[in-house]
Amino acid sequence: MNFELCASGFGGQGVMAIGQLLSYAAVRENKFTLFLPSYGPEMRGGTANCVCMVSDKEIGSPVTQTHKNAIVMNTPSFTKFEPTIIKGGNLLVNSALINDKSNRKDINVFYVPANHIAKEAGHQVAANIVMLGALLKIENVAKYETIEQVIKEKFVAKGQKVIDINFRALKMGYDSV
Amino acid sequence: MGNKILMKGAEVLGEAAVKAGCRLYFGYPITPQNEAPAYMAKRLPEVNGTFVQAESEVAAINMLYGASAAGHRVMTTSSSPGISLMMEGVSYCAGAELPVVIVNVMRGGPGLGGIGPSQADYFQATKGGGHGDYKIITLAPTNLQEQADLIFKAFDLADKYRIPVMILSDGLLGQIMEAVEYKDEIKPEDLAKKEWAATGRDPKREKNLINSLDLDLDGLERHNHKLQKRYKEIENTEVMCEEYKTDDAKIVVVAYGTTARIAKTAIDKVREEGLKVGLIRPITLWPFPSENIKNALQKENVKAFYVFELSAGQMIEDVQLCVNAKKPVNFYGRLGGNVPSPDELAEKIREIY
Repeated sequence: MNFELCASGFGGQGVMAIGQLLSYAAVRENKFTLFLPSYGPEMRGGTANCVCMVSDKEIGSPVTQTHKNAIVMNTPSFTKFEPTIIKGGNLLVNSALINDKSNRKDINVFYVPANHIAKEAGHQVAANIVMLGALLKIENVAKYETIEQVIKEKFVAKGQKVIDINFRALKMGYDSV
Repeated sequence: MGNKILMKGAEVLGEAAVKAGCRLYFGYPITPQNEAPAYMAKRLPEVNGTFVQAESEVAAINMLYGASAAGHRVMTTSSSPGISLMMEGVSYCAGAELPVVIVNVMRGGPGLGGIGPSQADYFQATKGGGHGDYKIITLAPTNLQEQADLIFKAFDLADKYRIPVMILSDGLLGQIMEAVEYKDEIKPEDLAKKEWAATGRDPKREKNLINSLDLDLDGLERHNHKLQKRYKEIENTEVMCEEYKTDDAKIVVVAYGTTARIAKTAIDKVREEGLKVGLIRPITLWPFPSENIKNALQKENVKAFYVFELSAGQMIEDVQLCVNAKKPVNFYGRLGGNVPSPDELAEKIREIY
């Protein structure tokens, strides 16, 4: 297995959490993993993004010009990363905030109205977890239960209600594609 | 991989130091390694250690001087501009034979530069940086597990030779998260007592004086010869280097740190196309693994070397010294905080193959 994901959006959309949760899950499943955040001057207004890699083998280069999978949460991210997906790769678009459609025929595009689904699950801020759920359906990167475990650990301080909302968001995202 | 935990590179520096028996940290914040002092500020009080945010990098390095003189394991971390400010103190530590561990999470320069990953402080680390005839052991990790392991190694080498040791990391290794396993946990009280340390007057022994000033010309010359002899011993015994697929290589890539792992991916790519390419990865930048380069040079199958760096060409000079113009040494570097992709390096290799 050689999984790679770029998750991108604006600050507060929880794109870093998507990558981190996948990396935490990978460690639990005894796989090699790498998480690379990118903020810099992009922190205000533009896009913040992260790269997450999961592999059965030791991970070499932390940098890539192209991506196998991308989750884009806002329009600037769509514009920036849609052209970087490799042939046969997956692009997950938060269609609640992005009106653009991809014209590419050589990649798989999934439109997930993440904010709307998250609202239904209990709170808008879980939109990132909706996207994570959708990704899990498309890419067999980690066991569903492992992701639930790491979500639980991440939100344990915030109480059972928050955990439940995120579990629902994960499930609804998973079922949305 | 049972006890592996996912941690950020800069935090790994801190936790590894604690596990290596370091209880004192002095530093001043600078991107891209701010998580290291932040981590130590939280972590050291838990183990009865002391964290001080110094008023400047100059103050921080002199606090290291004092703590080390008193016999303690002590560390600081900074990034390129901050390390430049520390150089006077590093020279003093070298002169006074003080074991200290300094981490440079390199960023793009010169001047304040930027916050992207760089390897442009190679000369500063390996060829001096401060004044006087001195050397510091320089270690270059390529991933976070090695970053943790080399912190242990750095403290051991510093104590063994009474010498400053620098970990030459970079902005990328400071910011990524990877799973790390700490192989040991050393208690400060279990460390060998430093008989030379200034720990208070004991009438049963000679006075311990920690000093880098000697106005007697002959005395200072003798002191310098003693240091040089020690540097020779380090060169003879402490070299660390990894070789990757060099056995049948026609092109030997030489790269360290972040660049080496990008080069490894590039090498795997071109190997799939049938190109015979290998990698020599220095882990100690000083002492430089000259023998590995010279051995490769002797081999019939090796036609050329290719040095990749995040600089305009610094380590290449050490490679050229070994190659001595007998075979071509090519160079490709990215500057200012930019990092090449594996495809970019693979293309460079194809061009000369």
